[in-house]
Amino acid sequence: MSRHSVVPLKLVTIVTERILEDRLLRTLLDLGAKGYTLTQATGKGSRGVRASEWEGPDTKIEALVSHDVAEKIVDHVADAFFEHYAVIVYVQDAAVVRGEKYI
Amino acid sequence: MKRIAYDVRFRAVLYTRYPFTMDNLEVLAANLLSPVILAFVLGVVASLVRSDLKLPAALYNGLSIYLLLAIGLKGGVELSRTPLSVFAGPAMLTLLLGLLTPVFAYNILRRLGRMDRVNSAAIAAHYGSVSAVTFIVAITFGTMTGREPEGFMPALVAILEVPAIVVALMIAFMRDRRAGSWQDALHEVLSGRSVVLLVGGLLIGTLVGPKGFEPVAPFFKSGFQGALMLFLLEMGIVAASRLRDLREVGFFLIAFGILVPILHGTLTIWLAQFTGLTVAGAAVLAAMVSSASYIAAPAAVRIALPEANPTFYLTGALGITFPFNVTLGIPLYYFLAEWILG
Repeated sequence: MSRHSVVPLKLVTIVTERILEDRLLRTLLDLGAKGYTLTQATGKGSRGVRASEWEGPDTKIEALVSHDVAEKIVDHVADAFFEHYAVIVYVQDAAVVRGEKYI
Repeated sequence: MKRIAYDVRFRAVLYTRYPFTMDNLEVLAANLLSPVILAFVLGVVASLVRSDLKLPAALYNGLSIYLLLAIGLKGGVELSRTPLSVFAGPAMLTLLLGLLTPVFAYNILRRLGRMDRVNSAAIAAHYGSVSAVTFIVAITFGTMTGREPEGFMPALVAILEVPAIVVALMIAFMRDRRAGSWQDALHEVLSGRSVVLLVGGLLIGTLVGPKGFEPVAPFFKSGFQGALMLFLLEMGIVAASRLRDLREVGFFLIAFGILVPILHGTLTIWLAQFTGLTVAGAAVLAAMVSSASYIAAPAAVRIALPEANPTFYLTGALGITFPFNVTLGIPLYYFLAEWILG
């Protein structure tokens, strides 16, 4: 048994084209996320397209958020980007140490 | 004795009447056999044999920064000693062509190619804007064959880069109210590294002048050709990876990617005679106007017109027009410029 208590939160992960990175990060914070983690990603999916060979690889954005914020993020990403861009978004349950920081 | 006289006269007749004299074929061969173009071919070959050769992203990012800043600086230094009266004509012509060429390209795509509006506007943005690397290769070709273009040419690249993208996006946005973000796209173009480095380099070069440029000149001059060669190696790999999409884009876009540059280039050279540009200057401007952007334009178009198919505009710009211009197009523009202005 850990000495530290954990808080149940949602881990939202978005994998998408680098070109959307700035816009997504802005909206993420607007919708209530307190922070995020960025990783460069490469991979293959149903859309083999990227805006430019010079944009670099794709980007993976992760954020620990409350249940409500996670829902808002998923809805926003789906509405704004699913139709025309390469986007993956998924939500996982997370038990987070010092979880109160993220709400 | 008689024989020699005949040869000289015969060559002179050929030279004025027919494009493909020995001289011009030699010039073409000189371009195709230059280190820069051979590096491009090597990149294409490497990609076709599925070699694991690939420039690290950080390296070609670094190379593109070096190349853009170098031409910006050199252009700025030249600009600082160019009278405004000499620069004004070419600058006005460049701006005019930047506004006109996307309209031409759009109408050709819509009327002859029967393409939809969004894809037509997206491709028009690319063909109106400029490829800085094509420009650099055109300058290099002129220097190599002993025809030095005006030093202020990089300033014209900066003038040509943005307006065409704005015009093409305006065409798309005028036709119907759109969901894409117009402000984000404009910000992407204006804050993109090619505009920042070119305009920044021009400003620094103009401010410091020839004397101030001296200390950094060795770094930006002597390494330039080598850096360009490495960059073209990567361009070869990228262009060849686009060749696989040729079947998807269809015959029309392939013809468009070769004929529209020739059209834009010829128009440029014809208009250049009214601006006082030299033969080499007109040829380089023609190469610029005929080239298709593949750094600034794709980023802006992906944001403003997300439903346009990137395969069309990227394959056109990178897979067809760029290879055509650097191998055959640039010698052709020099030939046309000599023919019309010489």
